[in-house]
Parts: sequence; structure tokens; C-alpha cells
Amino acid sequence: MSATVKPFSVPLEAPMGLPMDRVDGHAKVTGEAQYAADFHSADLTYGWVISSPIAHGRIVDIDARAALALPGVLLVLSHLNRPELASYDESYTDADAAEGSPFRPLYNDRILYSGQPVAMVVAKTLEQARMAAAQVHIEYRSEPHQTDLNAQLGQAHKAPAELPKPRGDVSAGLARSSAKVEVEYQTPAEHHNPMEPHASTVVMQPDGGLLIYDKTQGTQNCRTYLEQVFGLEPGSVRVVAHFVGGAFGSGLRPQYQLTLAVMAALKLNRSVRLALTRQQMFTFGYRPPTVQRLTLGSDADGKLQAVKHQAIAQTSRFEDFTEHLVEWSGMLYHCDSVELDYQLVPLDVFTPLDMRAPGATSGVFALECAMDELAYAAGICPLQLRLRNYTERNQNEDKPYSSKALRECYSEGAERFGWARRTPEPRSMRDGHELLGWGVATGVWEAMQQKASARVVLDGEGRLHVSSATTDIGTGTYTVLTQIAAAAMGVDSDAVHVLIGDSSLPTAPLQGGSFTISSVGSAVQQACTALQKQLLEAAQKIEDSPFADVSRDQVVFIDGRLRLKADPTKQLALSEIVRSSGSGQMQAQVDAEPDSKKREPYATASHSAVFVEVRVDEALGIVRVSRVVSAIAAGRVVNPKTARSQILGGVVWGIGMALQEETQMDHDLGRFMNHSFAEYHVPVHADMGEIEVIFVDEQDTIVNALGSKGVGEIGLVGVAAAIANAVYHATGKRIRQLPITLDKLL
Amino acid sequence: MTTTPAADGDELFALHTLRLNINGEQRRIQVHAWTTLLDMLREQLQLTGSKKGCDHGQCGACTVLLDGKRINSCLTLAVMHDGAELTTIEGVADGEALHPLQRAFIKHDAFQCGYCTPGQICSALAMAGENHAHSRADIREQMSGNLCRCGAYNNILDAIEDALPACRGELETSAPALGKRGSAA
Ligand code: FES
Ligand code: FES
Repeated sequence: MSATVKPFSVPLEAPMGLPMDRVDGHAKVTGEAQYAADFHSADLTYGWVISSPIAHGRIVDIDARAALALPGVLLVLSHLNRPELASYDESYTDADAAEGSPFRPLYNDRILYSGQPVAMVVAKTLEQARMAAAQVHIEYRSEPHQTDLNAQLGQAHKAPAELPKPRGDVSAGLARSSAKVEVEYQTPAEHHNPMEPHASTVVMQPDGGLLIYDKTQGTQNCRTYLEQVFGLEPGSVRVVAHFVGGAFGSGLRPQYQLTLAVMAALKLNRSVRLALTRQQMFTFGYRPPTVQRLTLGSDADGKLQAVKHQAIAQTSRFEDFTEHLVEWSGMLYHCDSVELDYQLVPLDVFTPLDMRAPGATSGVFALECAMDELAYAAGICPLQLRLRNYTERNQNEDKPYSSKALRECYSEGAERFGWARRTPEPRSMRDGHELLGWGVATGVWEAMQQKASARVVLDGEGRLHVSSATTDIGTGTYTVLTQIAAAAMGVDSDAVHVLIGDSSLPTAPLQGGSFTISSVGSAVQQACTALQKQLLEAAQKIEDSPFADVSRDQVVFIDGRLRLKADPTKQLALSEIVRSSGSGQMQAQVDAEPDSKKREPYATASHSAVFVEVRVDEALGIVRVSRVVSAIAAGRVVNPKTARSQILGGVVWGIGMALQEETQMDHDLGRFMNHSFAEYHVPVHADMGEIEVIFVDEQDTIVNALGSKGVGEIGLVGVAAAIANAVYHATGKRIRQLPITLDKLL
Repeated sequence: MTTTPAADGDELFALHTLRLNINGEQRRIQVHAWTTLLDMLREQLQLTGSKKGCDHGQCGACTVLLDGKRINSCLTLAVMHDGAELTTIEGVADGEALHPLQRAFIKHDAFQCGYCTPGQICSALAMAGENHAHSRADIREQMSGNLCRCGAYNNILDAIEDALPACRGELETSAPALGKRGSAA
């Protein structure tokens, strides 16, 4: 297995572009990296959540007497004795909130979904809290519930999403199409299941402030939420997440364990740790189940004449969760007649939540499988069909792409995979008792940039301290920011020290959507530029300075020195400049914004082509993904090593999505049933085959100064479709309902 | 040798005193009968390198070496292991010098979030001692008790494959720390 990293035609400035080892690698292999539930405090107490067994109704009575009588038990917290909470929805609205009334933990006696936290026991030890939780007797009054999306499709309403307007004439397009498919695809609920369960350790500060170690993708999002919900003084809450044990979207909104832990800490005036159990990891957001109808028509050459994509997804009764589910069908291929529709069905469940490549993962799955069906209907190679409908413009926005090297993804991926040797007939390739299937799909994700701030501080030893509130959820933020800062400042990467994951640092957006590096990285770059300006000015003030009359373009910052271009012997160490300035350090902070004027005329997106080989045991129906080639066009790659890991992870997620993952609801109880790793299957070591990652050369001077589009999501999009298409090629069976388990194949 | 008492002042349930060798250090620890090995490590000793991913033996994040063998520490009670020798992730490196497996994990980027990593490394270390992994397919099979939601599997495989000869070499030449761990496997 390998990654193909060819030198890009216009390489990034080193150490950007180099496959640098993670700077936090040492901490991660020695156990020194501390996650939310790893922090200790002398007065620490432990919480245990009690979850509602009913899906809809009211709490009639809570009898906590037996629990409170047990040793070590300090508190049984519920809506009856919680601290005061804000009464307006706005206070509970966070940076990733859906439209509606956000869930309020322990607010009142109403039960909105099964698994809802209804009480929390706090005790001196974890075991005491757990035991006491079993002694809290709660009486409920059930009311009827609905949790079955398929049974409630008639209740759908328009999703509050801004969809592209219909274009062209779909009926006429279909009428003149010689090949047509009209199919329904279904995707199930999936749960993020990061390995680290959500946890918060709230450490009471002597001045009454709260230092909170939380599992989150947005330290400032959590801080603001807490200040609003509890009416706390601004500045009294600090949320820290130096290390986050995976999140994939689950940490985009403040989760209820945070609110509960703070409630208990305020009530007891003591430090509290609350970690959710794996079972409780199934009691908040998830990827929503969808039912999607695709109608595609093409002429005899495979040119698309009409695309219609209608999706119905589930949401909760209190919020309308939306994601970009169907837009992709109007932009991935050239087609002049397109109709998109997106509806929601409210049920007695918790609100869905963005989960890795939200929307695209489900929507592009359906589109890319339907395209494969169309290829067979038209008698054209699936790869050819995609090339024939290639587009240089995003027709949804009627704008050209700032860059789009998808063609190269197709060709380099196909070459590496050996696609030319594919025989198109289903069941036409085999190896012993295994049917071989080769499938392809396209992936796409938006390339976004948000406002972000960063601070760089150069000390008298020449060390560069880079800080921003953003997080590293495993994505490589620490390392990539180190590389960006080293290159921008002209210092060695060893001299760079990155500090992130702390709400008290300069403002950063949520870590999601693959926009962290484009946003925070740009801020770091600009802060370095600002600091260089100051350094030059300071250098000019030094007595007999060789830089006295030079301008910025006559000098370079290199190897931790300021150097005259015309005469490289004239140089000054940056540390010396700092020391001579009289202050112990020099610093710059900037707020970076996307260059909207530059970006406005263009559409920006990353793309991928995924080629998959499956092996299906003919007698048993067992599917194995033996080989994947994922060719990625995501602009320039700052760190090919960590970026490749992101893509590998995306592919593994695609394997899980295609073959294993499904959170199953018992609709009688209105409850997710397989809420453990024993029954909610995620891929393991033994499920892996060979995975090859190719980053194709893609230059982009529009998207941001780095020309880098982000790689957190694109690796996943399209993978499940490529697998499903490969399964069809192997078996002749078109499975339109994920996951593709063996019972569906036999 | 210091004694680490249970923190709760709970008089209702008896305390048991254990002698454990943890990462080469002899310790005396008081536990309740209901405390798992994992919770003892994490909450009583603040050895938080061992992680809790499920508390049910389903994920491997809590893997430690108990008398040289890998075990899900969430799935066993501390009180059952009086006299045992434990190696946790905190004891894998030799002081400042990283173990070959740890170095290989860094080199191959065999992690993303790092949460499963202590378990993966402890598991691989014990697997080397078991001496049943002779191919990439064997490693995949025998590491399948350690989940990685970030999907770093193929890099973990490369790292283990890379470091396996060194691990076995260390076991054979009985380097002090590892020799002990390997002897019971
Ligand atoms: S925490 Fe022990 S196996 Fe998951
Ligand atoms: S590195 Fe995140 S779970 Fe393995």
C-alpha cells in the first residue's frame, strides 16, 4: 500500500508539502496526550446519567431517596432541582444549531426521545454513581410515538434549505432520453461513534470560574453556549480540548454531558467529571436515514438529458435538521434539466447531526449508484459515462470552478487500478469461489473558508508560538499549522510551537467541513506576514543596521534569520531582533477573512474518483473490499502524510457505510437497539484490503492563499457507491438499501 | 512503596489491598471489589494512557499487558490480580527512548486522533510475544480486537510489520523491560 505523491507542478514552500511526522505523535504513542476524561482534580466527583426508556411522554415522579442514602452519593440532579437555566431558545442556539428549538437537558418533565437524559447521579467515585443510578426510581407516563421514517413519509414537509431552482424541462428531457432509470435508494441512521466517548471534566477554580476539559470541535462554541444557558459572566468559563479522540461531527454542537456536568459543578461547587457510556453515545445526534428517488435520462451516447433527485430524511419534532443532500445532483455532471427536492419527516427522535461529509455521503451515494445503473441501461462503461457528462461549471450556481482536476482523478485512478482490464458484464470476473466486482464512483465536497484569527509570538530564543482556538480531532491540525507557520515565517519547524484547543485563544470557527486549514491556516500565514513586517522595522532601528534603508522585497526570512537578498552575508537572527527590541517577545494577531471578491465569480470544490474491487463469496454472500484506489483533487496538499491518513480514514468509513453500519430502531419501543460496538459494526483490521491514495496535481489560486481545499470529508464521499457498484458488477444484484449485508445478497 | 487508598471513604464495602508491579514499580493499592483494572489505573492511579472506549470488552482501547499477556482491562476486576505485573502504555518506552513500535507508529502515521493508540500499541506488543503473526493477514486478524474509528488500520499494519522484527529481537535478547513482559507470553 502506498500513496502516490508526485511533486506538484508549483510546489508549496517547504516545509509545506513535505510528509512531516505529526508533531503530537510522541504524546500520542506514550499515553501523554490527555483527553477530556483524563484530567484530574483533588475535589473531583463523578456523574452518571440516567436515560429515558420511553420515547415520548412525561416524567411523573422521581424518587431518589434510596440513591441518596448510599455512601458517597452527593446529588441526584433532575429537572426538579437543577440550577436556573435560560428560558429562551436563542440562548441554547449554538454555531451548528438546526432550525427550531434546541434540546434543553433536564429542563422539564417532557420526554422527547428514547435515551433522553432525565437525571444524573453525582458521587465520590464512578462506581458509587453508577450503583446509585440504578436506585433512582422514575415513573413515566408514555404517550404514543412515531419513529419510523418509512411509515411516515406522508407527513413530510419541505426542508428549510435553499435549493437551486429547477432548470430546463425535466419531463421533456426524459421524453427524449433513450436510457432511463427511476430508482429508490435508502440509507440508514448511522452514529459517529468516535473511539472517545463524549466527556467533560469541569474543574472548579478558586475564583468560582470553570475550567472545562471537553470533547468538542468548537471550544468557543461550547463556552458561549454555557455562558448563555447558565447566565454566567463572560470570561468565567474556559473550555479546553487539546486532544480530541475523534469526533467526525459529534463534537460540533455542545453535547448534553457538558451541560449536565456544569449543572452539577455549579450545584455542588465542586469539580465534576461526566463521561458518557458507549450506549449513551447513541442518545444524541446521528446521520439521518434517507429515502431518495433518482430519475435519470440520457441519450444514446450517455449524455444526461434529465436529472431529478428527491430526498426525504428524518428529523426531530423540535428541530429541522438539514444538510446538503441533493444539490450534488445538480452540479456533479453537466445537465440542463434538473429538479431537486428535499423533505423532512419529524419523528419522536433526537435531532440528526452533521456526520463526516454530511449530506454528500448519503446524497452522492444515491446519485453515483443511479449513474452506474444508467451506464448499464445505456450500455456504456460507467467511467465513460462520467467523462461524457463532465462539466467545468457548477450549473447550480452557474459559475466555473476555481479549479477542477477530476479528469486527472479519473485517468490516474483508472490507470493505477487497471480499470481497462474490466469486463463490463456482471458476474464476468471471478477468482476461484469468489466473484470479482470492479466499481467506480465520483466524490465531491465544497471547498469553504471561514473567518478565523491567529496569533504568532516570537520569543527571544527564536521560538515561534502559534495559537488559535481551533482543535485537532485527529486531522493533523497541530502538524499542518506548524508547517504553514514555519514556511510563512522562515523558521525551522522545530522552532514552531502550536497551541490550540482552548477557548481563550484567538477566535476560530468550528472544526468541520474541511475548512480548518483554509481558514486557520490562512490566518496563521497572515499573522506571520504581519510579524515579519514588525521584525524588519525593528531590525532597521538597530544601530548600523544593514537593513536601515531596505524594503520588504529586498530581504528574505529564512532559517530563522533576516537576510539581505543582494548580500546574504548581511543577516540577523530573528531572536536577536526580538532581544534588541527591548521586549521579551514580538507578536502579531490577525483576523483573516476569505477573499470574497476573488472567490465570488467561482465555484469551489474538491473532487475524487474512487475505484473499488470487491470479492464476493458466491455461496455465502460475504463481501470483502480487497482493493481501493482513491484519486483526490483537493488543491495543494500541505502534508501528504497526514492528508493521506485523512483519505484512508474516509475510505474505511465508506467501507463501514457500504457493508456494516446501521443503527437499527425498534419502532415499538422507539429506541435504537444495537447501541454497542458488538452490534453496531464498524470496520476492524481484518476488514481491510489494500488502499491506495493519489493526490492529483491541482493548482488553485482562487480558493485561498495556500491553494489547499481540505481533505477531511472528500475521502469518504463516493466510496460506498463505488463499493455498491462493484457488488453489482460482481453479483448482478443491485442492492439499493445500505448496508449491503449478506442476507440481501443471498 | 506507597499505598494508594481508594478515594471515597466508603465504609459499607470492604477494601482489598493489592500488590502490583506497574511499569516496573512495586505498588500497594487499596481497591473495592467492584473496581475494574481500567478504572483503578485511570481514576485511582491517574495512569490515564489506557483509554475507555466501551467498558465492555468490545473495542480494545483499554488493552494493557498483564503478566506479559494482553488483556482488556475494562473487563477484569482489579481485585483478581494481586501480585501481577502490569505494563501500560506509560511503561512501554524506556525512559526517553521510544520503543521501536512507538517509533514505527509515528513514522507510519499509524493514528489520527490517537485515542485507540495506547491499546493498539500494547496489543501489538503482546502479539509480538505470542509469535503467531507471520503475515500481514495474520496481523490483521490478530489485531482485530482493537478498533480504530479514525480508520488508521493500514498504517497501523505497516507500523507493526515494520517493528515486529525489532520487537521479537528484543524479546529474544531479553532486554530488561521487554524480557519481563515477554516471558509469560
Ligand atoms: S474499553 Fe475495554 S474493550 Fe473497550
Ligand atoms: S486513531 Fe482515532 S480511533 Fe484510532
